[in-house]
Amino acid sequence: MKRERSFYLAPYDLNKDFEYFKSRGYKDFGPTIRDEAIVYDEIASVDDLPVGWMDEQAPGFYRLKKRNDKAFFGYVVGPHSWKKFLFPPVLTLFEAKRENGKFKVYDVNTANEKYVFVGVRACEISAILIQDKIFGGGQYTDPNYIKRRGNVFLIAVNCTEPGNNCFCASTGTGPRVVAGFDVLLTEVIRDDLHYFIGVPGSEKGEEMFVTLGFREAEEFEIKEAEKDVNEAINKFKRSVDLTDAVEVLQENYENPLWEKVSEKCLTCGNCTMVCPTCFCNTIEDVTDLAGQVAKRIRRWDSCFTMDFSYIHGGSVRYSVMSRYRQWMVHKLSTWKNQFGMLGCVGCGRCITWCPVGIDIVENLKLFKESTVKL
Amino acid sequence: MEVSEREILVVEKNPMLPQIFQIRSRKQETSDTFTLELEPVEAGVEFIFKPGQFNMLYVFGVGEVPISISGDPEKVSRVTHTTRMVGTVTKAMGKLKKGDLIGVRGPFGSSWPVDKCSGCDVVIVAGGIGLAPLRPAIYYILRRRENYNKAILLYGARTPDDILYKHEIEKWKSRFDFEVYVTVDRGTSGWKGNVGVVTTLIPRAPFDPQNTIAFVCGPEIMMRFTALELIKRGVSENNIFISMERNMKCGIGLCGHCQFGPVFVCKDGPVFSYSQVKNLIFKREI
Amino acid sequence: MAIETLEKLLAEHPFFKGLKKEYLELIIGCARNVFYKPGEFIFREGEEANEFYVIRDGKVSLEFSSPGKEPIVIQTLEDGEVLGWSWLVPPYYWHFSARAVEPTRAIALDGKCLRTKCEEDHNLGYELLKRFVTIVEQRLQATRIQLLDLYGSQ
Repeated sequence: MKRERSFYLAPYDLNKDFEYFKSRGYKDFGPTIRDEAIVYDEIASVDDLPVGWMDEQAPGFYRLKKRNDKAFFGYVVGPHSWKKFLFPPVLTLFEAKRENGKFKVYDVNTANEKYVFVGVRACEISAILIQDKIFGGGQYTDPNYIKRRGNVFLIAVNCTEPGNNCFCASTGTGPRVVAGFDVLLTEVIRDDLHYFIGVPGSEKGEEMFVTLGFREAEEFEIKEAEKDVNEAINKFKRSVDLTDAVEVLQENYENPLWEKVSEKCLTCGNCTMVCPTCFCNTIEDVTDLAGQVAKRIRRWDSCFTMDFSYIHGGSVRYSVMSRYRQWMVHKLSTWKNQFGMLGCVGCGRCITWCPVGIDIVENLKLFKESTVKL
Repeated sequence: MEVSEREILVVEKNPMLPQIFQIRSRKQETSDTFTLELEPVEAGVEFIFKPGQFNMLYVFGVGEVPISISGDPEKVSRVTHTTRMVGTVTKAMGKLKKGDLIGVRGPFGSSWPVDKCSGCDVVIVAGGIGLAPLRPAIYYILRRRENYNKAILLYGARTPDDILYKHEIEKWKSRFDFEVYVTVDRGTSGWKGNVGVVTTLIPRAPFDPQNTIAFVCGPEIMMRFTALELIKRGVSENNIFISMERNMKCGIGLCGHCQFGPVFVCKDGPVFSYSQVKNLIFKREI
Repeated sequence: MAIETLEKLLAEHPFFKGLKKEYLELIIGCARNVFYKPGEFIFREGEEANEFYVIRDGKVSLEFSSPGKEPIVIQTLEDGEVLGWSWLVPPYYWHFSARAVEPTRAIALDGKCLRTKCEEDHNLGYELLKRFVTIVEQRLQATRIQLLDLYGSQ
């Protein structure tokens, strides 16, 4: 197997990467701290990264804590996911104008923005690939998604310390990044050492390394990085066997256990907002006061809302239980029927950001154990 | 009407952008149901669809709804929809007049398998406005009448005033090769026809269960009971087809609203075989 | 009309399928042919229920009357359907009216006569009740669906 060249980057070399792309008309997006959480937003330099910070996560719990080193990527994932750029929370699909009693429709998405995603984790790459399939792989596609996706330069980062809620090893989507990147960085940080091993994953990535003139990494430098990545798999606090999740969930629609697992659910929809693969959206048609200009707007939606499944007279899923069931069965079971893979990438966000700490992994285990077959 | 090419959007590039159609005729069918005949504003454009498919119809500034196509698939210059006024958009649509414009996206969805068998009996069971998405199948079948053995329509409406396509039903009744039975849930004075739910017409309908395909459309409860009656008579679950309905926002399988278990009603349906849905259709809140 | 023809008609009717020959003969003994013109009442609400009918052809409407309103038709029955089970249930009176909508030929069966015979021979009673329960179940189910007013606007 041909081994890609590995490059050595000093920590502040990353600034050169950001500049490289900025000068080529890209916007750099990466992790940064805002309102005591690590989110994805525009960054100008490595100083915008959460240097020396880590995130403590548990069901319904998220706190930032200072590390005892100055790692750039010493945390896992926060409430944002990259879907906010590729599949924006609000997007105007068209404008329609009334003229002489008739109307015409105009496409308004002509911009051609280019993005660099900095610090994408393995689970997030899997999530992006899943959304690629949804928005770009069916009979009907979303041209806005495809355009944005084509304009992304993806700088991935290997996870070396899984978070408490992470279970990507169980979903087969991490912790190691194996594909889907333009550049893959692995951070090595010791008492006296701090550097990155960078590996190109595409022509554009190779071009960046070469143009910026980074030197190739030494064997021992690569070995240190590999050590950290290899050890990550042993550090998981959370795991679940997903082999029969698809069957178990679809065979248990009427299991009374659903009432129990959903009894705390507030249907707030946090899980669907933070989930990197959730794609449900709604279409709103609005008009200005004069009724001359109308717009069609696509917004993120959540299957937890009361009227998500509304049809003449009422909602199909009116109870909290049915809406929780819809989400969990979709994520871990029917998603596979629809798209050929599970909808869950094991990032743990839904567990962290649920205000009442509902745990999808624990719930699945309950169903697997449940002997009630109706 | 004069419209510049640059401004009309080509639907193939973006399935969320509607094509503009003009209302060519409007007919009030019952107190709350009306039929619109639409024609593309762009000259020379044909609208081709299969019986059972639907369009997403857009009323300027108000919204978009999925409406089954209820016209003749052979007539490609126009597309017809029969709509019931139940919500904001359909009520606004009901106020539109001949000459007004409507946005159209489609046709979407699966269709009635009208070619599934040759020489079989075809039984069409319609409840209420369920007759609308079945009408294109009826046209198709009557055009190729020799491909089928018996053709039977069982139609249930709420009251005699709610019967759709009254003239057409009379015409169909007068055909010797099409057996049409109409019943109402509630008779009114002067109604000399059947009274009772449409499922009561099934035990005596003259079809051979071993050689029958059935197309059923109406409220979900009606479709469930109809399917059970057909199965009771010996029709195979694989030969019973229903048309499902769920909340739809995009019509193209990308918004998630119309999911029914593992399927999207907008793209895996709305027409399903009974065997495909029987496991979920009796479960609540799926 | 010759008894043999009636016997053939009843024996072939799905409702009486499987009935022992002697029971069938018993029932024939209680049967007669009837004919109703359109608009004619077969029985009226409140009357004593002494017969049940097997419709040979035509159409019968089941109606309720209400002061100041047109009679409400709750169901119509056609060829081959069985009309009336109140003869089996005390206090044996009709809960609704039955009226011919079209020229209707039917076979009327003497319920009073049959009731007595059922008391004497419980096996006959069971056979008849089994069959009537199926009809009642079908009607009840159809009525329930009618109640749902499925095609209503909400």
